[in-house]
Amino acid sequence: MKDIREDIAWAQINKDVLKSLENPRKLYWVILFIAIAMVGVAVGCEVYQYNVGLGVGNFDNPHVWGLYIATFIFWIGMSHSGTLLSAILHLMHADWRKPIYRFAEAMTTFSLMTAGLFVAVHLGRVWQIYFALPYPNMRQVWPNFQSPLLWDAMAIFTYLSSSILFLYVGMIPDLAICRDNMHPGWRKKLYTAIALGWEGTDRQWRNFRITYLTIACFLIPLAVSVHSIVASDFAMSQQPGWHITSFPPYFVAGALYSGCAAIITLFIILRYVFKFEEYMTMSILKKIVRLTFAISMVWTYLNLVEYATVWYGHDEAAKHLLIQKATGTYAPFWWTMNFCGSVVPFIMFFKRFQTHIPVMFSVSLLLNLGMWLERWMIVSPTFADGYYPWTWDHDQWPSFVQWGIVFGSFGWFTMLFMIFCKIFPSVSMYEVKEMVYHRSQATKKLQATGKLAATGKGAH
Amino acid sequence: MGKRHLLALFNNFDEAEAVVRELRSVSLKGFDASKDMIVKSPIEHPEVEEFLGNKPVRVQWFTLAGALGGGSLAFLLISASQGNFFAQMKGGKPIVPFPPNFVLTYEMFILGGVYISVLGFLICAGLPARRSPLYSVKVSEDQIGILVKSDEGSSTALKSIFTKHKALEIQEEAGK
Repeated sequence: MKDIREDIAWAQINKDVLKSLENPRKLYWVILFIAIAMVGVAVGCEVYQYNVGLGVGNFDNPHVWGLYIATFIFWIGMSHSGTLLSAILHLMHADWRKPIYRFAEAMTTFSLMTAGLFVAVHLGRVWQIYFALPYPNMRQVWPNFQSPLLWDAMAIFTYLSSSILFLYVGMIPDLAICRDNMHPGWRKKLYTAIALGWEGTDRQWRNFRITYLTIACFLIPLAVSVHSIVASDFAMSQQPGWHITSFPPYFVAGALYSGCAAIITLFIILRYVFKFEEYMTMSILKKIVRLTFAISMVWTYLNLVEYATVWYGHDEAAKHLLIQKATGTYAPFWWTMNFCGSVVPFIMFFKRFQTHIPVMFSVSLLLNLGMWLERWMIVSPTFADGYYPWTWDHDQWPSFVQWGIVFGSFGWFTMLFMIFCKIFPSVSMYEVKEMVYHRSQATKKLQATGKLAATGKGAH
Repeated sequence: MGKRHLLALFNNFDEAEAVVRELRSVSLKGFDASKDMIVKSPIEHPEVEEFLGNKPVRVQWFTLAGALGGGSLAFLLISASQGNFFAQMKGGKPIVPFPPNFVLTYEMFILGGVYISVLGFLICAGLPARRSPLYSVKVSEDQIGILVKSDEGSSTALKSIFTKHKALEIQEEAGK
């Protein structure tokens, strides 16, 4: 099974990808419509919460953080897979990433944009968002530069803007292709403007290669730092269930895990909706599935480390909280999280399921359900079962407002993502050509040395 | 004498390479292969650099300047803010604590590095740019283009070189 056919003509690659910008399957419009409807639900809930106050979300002492922060962490985590595919695998010269990294990068950008919304939503008083930003002593804000919450704002801003630049720079050669092939109209004007006059000269490619590599090198430590800092929001506090040394790597592993699962989901959707069967092949799906399985095992290990540390440690409150999670109000969710995160991935262990689209689609959704529950199980139980028994409140349940906004965030992400895929090429044309070219050259070499008996035709 | 631009399109890199090698070896009036020849290709192809000869890339210097500038600016701003933070009692703790300040310095180091790298890329790659005198959409599809500039008198010799190496198409336009 090959990652891609080596005899696809380069002109055909342009044609297939450009077709996706104009002529998707009907399912595209169905998904977009549902996503917009979901955003409508969230907007309604947010307007209500804005007018009445955070109380309508069922926020009250001790439950001052709820689904908003859990979902914020979830979306930040989701963003990490784009960096994994485009930066880490780029440095490792894994060329099978080429047909799929563009949408993974877009996923990074839009999931960060979704996460950023939750900071404002969680504040309640959204007009005071500037308190969260790390700017110096203006307007008597006096930010605390030693607080991980402030580091968060800076790290997320850095990650978001760097990811957008990475996505944009990597897309310039493809934008030039769009510019050259589109009929006159608003699209052509847009592509002409943002392609910046790219013509694929040797000077442009030379500088492009170094720039892309440099940004990739920056993005890897940046991605690790972002989720480590999010983990520090919890680990640097003294709360039971949060004050755990392994939290930063645990968060990073969880982030990569949920991101990879989301890539499988979107891979399957895009493959069908945009008719990308030729480029998003079963062989590539198999590779992502194996990668996801490997990361799931890392996450499972770190999860067990966390449980063991709490169980054998001398922090009675943390141990009590762990028992509460397993046996109390949150037990169904906690066990579902463990099941989805550590048991379901074993389906991916079996070869026959690795390329079974319905099974992998369901598994990827279940994995992300588990990862979302993981974030919720980190945030809420600690408030329900803190150090002092008189603060305990195990029966608080998020109101429909919280659920509505969380539900709508998935619509917001999907809406942005689907609009992006309709306006910009979600498969990198020039990189797929490179992949086809290099593989066909390698095949020719093998044939020339007599190691490959089969005959094959060149890339173009 | 007036200058003339010629764009020849080729089917593959081997033919383009052969043309470049020949153009570098011939002596034509008003044509300097190191300055007057541009190779355009639909993919990033390191071999193009090899047969064109190594040309320096200076984006890394922008990266270094951006990263160091970003990190320094962050530390300076944060420590200046902390130094002026009279409202908070420090109780013997350092006014400018290094470990927590390192985090924001690190983030700004990366931010500066990325931003200035992109700026450096635009400057070094000559972007945004106007269309060159001759351009073919085939270059963004599947053909390799060689754009040359020479005196009008040399254009016939150039065309014959292109034709000899199986140019698919030759475009010609009077330049400045």
